[in-house]
Amino acid sequence: MTLLKKLATAAVALGLASSAMAQDTTKVGFIYVGPVGDGGWTYEHEQGRLALEEHFGDKVETVFQESVPEGADAERAITQMALNGADLIFTTSFGFMEPTLAVAKKFPDVKFEHATGFKTLPNVSTYSARFYEGRAVQGHIAGKMTESNIIGYIASFPIPEVIRGINSAYIHAKKVNPDVEFKIIWAYTWFDPAKEADAATALIEQGADVILQHTDSTAPQAAAEKAGDVITFGQASDMGEYAPLPRVSSIIDNWAPYYIERTQAVMDGTWESEQTWDGIGPGMVGIGEITDAVPADVKTEALALKEAMAKGEYHPFTGPLKKQDGSDWLAEGEVADDGTLLGMDFYVEGISGEIPN
Amino acid sequence: MDLGSINPVLLLASLMVAATPILIAALGELVAERAGVLNLGVEGMMITGAICGFAAAVNTGSPLVGFIAAALGGAGLSLLFAFLTQIALANQVASGLALTLFGLGLSALLGQGYQGIKPPPTGKLDIPLLGDIPGLGPVLFGHDIMVYFGLGLCAAVWGMLKYTRAGLILRAVGENHDAAHALGYKVVRVRILAILFGGACAGLGGAYISLIRVPQWTEGMTAGAGWIALALVVFASWKAGRVLLGAWLFGGVTVLQLNLQAAGSALPVEYLSMSPYLITILVLVIMSADKPRAPASLGRIFHASQ
Repeated sequence: MTLLKKLATAAVALGLASSAMAQDTTKVGFIYVGPVGDGGWTYEHEQGRLALEEHFGDKVETVFQESVPEGADAERAITQMALNGADLIFTTSFGFMEPTLAVAKKFPDVKFEHATGFKTLPNVSTYSARFYEGRAVQGHIAGKMTESNIIGYIASFPIPEVIRGINSAYIHAKKVNPDVEFKIIWAYTWFDPAKEADAATALIEQGADVILQHTDSTAPQAAAEKAGDVITFGQASDMGEYAPLPRVSSIIDNWAPYYIERTQAVMDGTWESEQTWDGIGPGMVGIGEITDAVPADVKTEALALKEAMAKGEYHPFTGPLKKQDGSDWLAEGEVADDGTLLGMDFYVEGISGEIPN
Repeated sequence: MDLGSINPVLLLASLMVAATPILIAALGELVAERAGVLNLGVEGMMITGAICGFAAAVNTGSPLVGFIAAALGGAGLSLLFAFLTQIALANQVASGLALTLFGLGLSALLGQGYQGIKPPPTGKLDIPLLGDIPGLGPVLFGHDIMVYFGLGLCAAVWGMLKYTRAGLILRAVGENHDAAHALGYKVVRVRILAILFGGACAGLGGAYISLIRVPQWTEGMTAGAGWIALALVVFASWKAGRVLLGAWLFGGVTVLQLNLQAAGSALPVEYLSMSPYLITILVLVIMSADKPRAPASLGRIFHASQ
């Protein structure tokens, strides 16, 4: 009897020990839309994952799956990760929104973080960066530097995040150059280097001498370099290998601090569903070095603009602004609220063309 | 809409560039399928060719060496498929899919350290007098050498299949491998050669993307071009001329729709975006009203004992 008791106690102790050991490491999963070597969007998320591993050492175990298509297959990939014991899963593309919510309902104990989305659950947070602040800087430089007054824009999907970027860049290009015109191509892909290069080439052939991109690979940079006399901006990552020309600056996503903070919250048991949307100020959005190809005065103005946004003195969407159809949006001095920005589905006045549905 | 901003000469030049990788890869697959082998690994062989060619071109400074390495890389990977399906008699569909997955992984591994590097530029064929003919010159004579290689390859494959003894044997093997075997043809040897040819072509197509069309290396950069090539072979009813037409249509409409978007076309973007697939399939399906059929032994396993 005593022996049995002892055995039972030992078993319970063992069980406790093993569960305690399991709690020691937090398993964090990442779902990527492109390959980790895309040189842009997914690359920066991967850098965040590596920083997370370095910060916590043995206390975290990270797993990732790359090139997960947006859609039904994403649900399978996320489910698999949850089944394999992940405590926290970051799904890093807009198109993973519905799959993330669907899986989150089935795994209430697992925490989910969806990038760039707007729907939450008690165990689903969203996080995104105010990329449009970086777009304002790009628009300023683009408007100043274009000689043909035609700026080409490679857009991915017609979602609010992309539309915000177009509007922000346009507003600030127009401000410094009233003759500026935007030509926009919807590539309907986040990652397809050949198509991105073709889109850049088409824009350049139609007279664009500045290319802005909202797709993930460095292909447009290569196409611009091949064409010559065209400037570009790094997207999501510095893309510094194309500096000083064609890449004259960049928007850099910095996810590492956020990933570390949220993983810490899961470890401490303080994780709660939140909607995080940080910009240049908190450091989630960085502006890559502005190269010497940009005239010194333009560079100074661009940096001043960046500084004003970082301090919160200036908001890229400040009135007076009208919508594309001519109706009033923001009155003089009025600043856009986050709700409108998060659901943005209209162009500002002056941009031609329609947003696809 | 400002259609005037579209330059037809530049558009045609871009069309050729967009069509060439799928044309070359599809011609390779066409030969393999006419020999009765269904190799679904085109995407994997293309991406392997893309990195092999890129690495070789960067290290030697010669695009020509790059393309040769790409052909060897693609053929090397296809050798694995040949071994699995012709010697080990494995299922062709499963082996082909595995080959694509393997190729994607292998290329990502080989490509470590090649991101952000610029390949040596491939020269354009500049024929002094012909290239200067206004309009016609740049359209016909202003391309890189691989565009002409693709066209030449198309003519060669067509001529080989139609007029030569080798083409006849290849088709016999693809139509009825038992009969071909009974006549004394080496079915397995013919098929292995066809697979190697398909691999080499896929590799060249991939290298065209990494060395000329995009010029850079990025993981997964073929992004489905191999599957398009594969589909093209079927829709082109296993005929070289129609593969060329299909590749031009697909490449052409892809480039055209991007140009129409940039020019501010009134057509909704959604329709423009799907137009390359729709138009290519539609045209080729209408053309195949003459009821073509697949090579009769396509995808079937052959063993001399049966």
